[in-house]
Amino acid sequence: MSDRPGISVLDRPNSYIGRTVERPNARRLVQGRGAFVDDMKLPRMVHLAFCRSPYAHAEVVSIDKAEAEALPGVIRVVTMEDLKDIMTPWVGVLDHLKGIKSAEQWPLANGKVHWQGEPVAAVVATSRAIAEDAADLVMVEYNELPPVTDMMTALDPETPVIHKELGDNLCFERNVDEGDVDKAFAEAAFVAEETMRFNRHTGVTMEPRAIICDYNPADEVLTLHMAVQCPHMSKNLYAKHLGLDENKVRVICKDVGGSFGIKIHTYSDEMAAGAITVLLGRPVKFVADRLESFVTDIHARDHVVKARMAFNAEGEITALDMDDVTGIGPYSVYPRTSGIEANQVVNLTGGPYKHRNYRCRARVVFLNKNVMCQYRGVGHPIAVAIAEHLIDRGAVALGLDPVEIRHRNFIPDDAYPYTAPSGAIYERQSHHQCLDKLVEMMDYKGLRAEQAALREKGIYRGIGFVSLVEVTNPSPAFYGVGGARIASQDGCTIRLDPTGGITCITGVTEQGQGTETIVAQIAASAVGVSMDNVRVITGDTDVVPYGGGTWASRGAGIGGEAALQAGKELRKNILKVAATILQSDPEALDIRDGAIIDADTGTERMPLSELGRIAYFRGDTLPHDVQPELVVTRHFVSRGFPFVFTNAAHACHVEVDIETGMVKLLKYWVVEDCGTVINPLLVEEQTRGGVVQGLGPALFEECLYSDEGQLQNGSMADYLVPMAAEMPDIVVGHVETPTATSELGAKGVGEAGTAGAPGAVMNAINDALGSFNVSLADMPFTPEKVLRALGKV
Amino acid sequence: MKAPSFEYAKAESVDEALELLGRFGDDAKVIAGGQSLVPALNMRLAGPSALIDIGAIGELRGIKLDGAVMRIGALTRHCEIMASGEIARHVPLLAKAVPNIAHEAIRNRGTIGGSLANADPAAEWPACSLALGAVMEIAGQNGRRKVSAADFFQGYYTTAIEPDEILIAIEFPVISADYRSAFMELSRRKGDYAMVGLAAHARVSGGVFNDVRLSFFNVADRPVLAVSAAAVLEGKEMSVQAVEQAQQALGDDLDPLGDLYCSPEYKIRLARVLTGRVLSQLAAG
Repeated sequence: MSDRPGISVLDRPNSYIGRTVERPNARRLVQGRGAFVDDMKLPRMVHLAFCRSPYAHAEVVSIDKAEAEALPGVIRVVTMEDLKDIMTPWVGVLDHLKGIKSAEQWPLANGKVHWQGEPVAAVVATSRAIAEDAADLVMVEYNELPPVTDMMTALDPETPVIHKELGDNLCFERNVDEGDVDKAFAEAAFVAEETMRFNRHTGVTMEPRAIICDYNPADEVLTLHMAVQCPHMSKNLYAKHLGLDENKVRVICKDVGGSFGIKIHTYSDEMAAGAITVLLGRPVKFVADRLESFVTDIHARDHVVKARMAFNAEGEITALDMDDVTGIGPYSVYPRTSGIEANQVVNLTGGPYKHRNYRCRARVVFLNKNVMCQYRGVGHPIAVAIAEHLIDRGAVALGLDPVEIRHRNFIPDDAYPYTAPSGAIYERQSHHQCLDKLVEMMDYKGLRAEQAALREKGIYRGIGFVSLVEVTNPSPAFYGVGGARIASQDGCTIRLDPTGGITCITGVTEQGQGTETIVAQIAASAVGVSMDNVRVITGDTDVVPYGGGTWASRGAGIGGEAALQAGKELRKNILKVAATILQSDPEALDIRDGAIIDADTGTERMPLSELGRIAYFRGDTLPHDVQPELVVTRHFVSRGFPFVFTNAAHACHVEVDIETGMVKLLKYWVVEDCGTVINPLLVEEQTRGGVVQGLGPALFEECLYSDEGQLQNGSMADYLVPMAAEMPDIVVGHVETPTATSELGAKGVGEAGTAGAPGAVMNAINDALGSFNVSLADMPFTPEKVLRALGKV
Repeated sequence: MKAPSFEYAKAESVDEALELLGRFGDDAKVIAGGQSLVPALNMRLAGPSALIDIGAIGELRGIKLDGAVMRIGALTRHCEIMASGEIARHVPLLAKAVPNIAHEAIRNRGTIGGSLANADPAAEWPACSLALGAVMEIAGQNGRRKVSAADFFQGYYTTAIEPDEILIAIEFPVISADYRSAFMELSRRKGDYAMVGLAAHARVSGGVFNDVRLSFFNVADRPVLAVSAAAVLEGKEMSVQAVEQAQQALGDDLDPLGDLYCSPEYKIRLARVLTGRVLSQLAAG
């Protein structure tokens, strides 16, 4: 075999691992030839629009659908009464989140509405425009109830309970108390303390949520064309709640225009579409428009955290103590729950550091606002910002440079594998190395000199650092152990085609991040063919191996390893056939650039197309005991550690206009360790995109709710997504510490940018305004908040 | 986000547009570049019974210098104003303002007449026309009439245009060489409506300010001329003191309402900052 000592499967001749290559799907997408759900038209297809609750909390007294149903083109107006016999409700809890509770949720209002935007009735019509016209004609009488909109008082005895059957508004609570926190604080040389606020925001995918549900009563097959990150999860849930045979539910997911965690959840309107296709026996299409996306796509974050950190005189962190309250919607979102985010805050805060005394209480409370759930970087931005803000405060108080105080506190390089006081286990991290490289890349000394010089001229620039850990490549510890049928394993099938090309069929999915590209790179390298001869198929549950899909930064690490193992095995099988044909020994042969070669000399012996011709069409010429097996499937599940943690160091450079409070992002640097880098450009794109999605909520994005629970800025005119003009150059460097949990060694990279950026911006702003003795910790940092902190408004 | 259904009629001339307006009545809306109206339709914030498309009326387009008057047809697009050398030479405030209007795609479709007739209090053109004392030409069934910018803007999205009338053109006085102009707005993101903006125009000779016009936008239901601040500056040279006095006087001129992202106090603060920065620009030439 070709795996000679010293040459791993990753650096075979002509390997694509570690190389920037063009995305095979880019040309199709930029030419507008993608296949998104909204592009599809099926025969007899009807369209859905929803009549949604204008109130945050109300009883539904009556629904009069007569006028709406009389409108030409309207097929039916559906309410919960019509669906009760067709489907079952769901409850968003997991067994391993001890004590988590939520209420039964139905696709349409079942007597009560719990947030503004909750679907009350579904209008089925021959076009979306007619359905919207009719939705305006559905007359719903409501009896308003007092809404619960303040997370800080949601648990007070005088606050109304949203779901009476649950007894209170507490969804989930987790406590950790490790070491002797009180003693550490009593003996501290300095205690940094702050109450921090993390704004509610949302994903704003370019393609909104979209689904076509097509039930064929003749063969009882339900086909779902869906923009989704996890086709097999959807297959399971639609089968389960519609009472269908899971083998007769097929999910087809072609191009997806961004997801960021928006498209891994169960949404009422999408489930309603599934029930209505069963009810009507014809295809039903629902594409969320931008206005309903803002009030129904999961929201994220919304935390108030009171935290304090104890330091000794040497600047070492001796303890961390915090209390996190997070306001979700009226339900814990199914099936992943809305408890995971707070759980991650508990697991990860202070993750890079060696302190042993840690106390944390996290409470997740129900509110009459849109639901909150896992979004890019789940819990991480909060965890990172808390510790990184407090450590900077410690640095200032103790006269240490922010770089120096971090080095003093990092988990020592020789301490791995390391178990944090929260219970998180780190295989191996490179905090010192990443921060050293970052400081060098950004010319830290030069920036500090410039900062001092400009300060003299009344220009206020600041530099903010964060170091972070990030959860990737989850094992079944994430969801499987909690009882959710969300696969943590994934599979890849690779077939040698008669022409000598290969087709890879993978369980992981593509939403724009480049999954198909890296699978092609890995498969091409493992088998020994050119990437031009690789075709990747994703997203069809009738075709692809059973797998979890793409979320939690698992696509490359899990799906990539499955592709690697399948490719290696296929190469072995090909070489067996080749050795027979060439009357050679498989060990003496290899595959390079689509041809069988002599392993030692590299001399070409036979193109793969010739091997394919013989194997597929002239099997009669092969010996009786040789049966070519040119399709191989391999699966992979991460074991040994619950999660494979990555780490990174970020720095942000800002200028604050102290007259207007406006913050200008000047530059941003990231040094990222995601283990084996498969494609440097994709890693950098993921990092930059992630950083931008963290800069957004730090400075711009916020779902602003009134006290009555009305979303006040639910449009692209009023909700400020980060735009290119305000974004800084983002420089990315790599450190590679491969994980030993897989042969590929790749960790995830999709979320670390988002995890770090809010904290880095916060620290940079506070650094810029250091001379004013202010502390900003209430995101987003709007210009008015900055000026108020400076006492100028 | 599908617009409710409406009648659609395309006018080939001003007379035909007026005739259509008369026929469809008060519920009809005139559509030009559609940059505000189409989103409003799709969000069902507007539900006119009919759209009267004036986009094909050639006589409403174009920039023409006529003696001391720069006449801009109502259908002239923002991008055409941006590209015009004559505008830059003779009404430089417009050239300074136009890059601040939204984004390139919007500037390519949106029209000056549409913006003025829409009268969004956060828009740039209303403030510029007020600063420069522009005159709006309006056509109706009974002929044409002219309305000064000061009388044209009457409140949120409300102008002197009657339901059966159409804005035809805007006439700006050509600026003489001893006048200077400056334009500045503060927005969260480039292309957003300003938190507060200021279009300014003044005669500056020998370092002395005269005939100062400070036209603020997004501080009230329409653009506002800061007359007290301007009065303070009249006949004065640029100085820290003069600027501070003008900034102080803004308290008499402006009484802003807050919005989603800015409190009234913050808006006043920004108006004062803009005043200082704009006066520095004017003084520097």
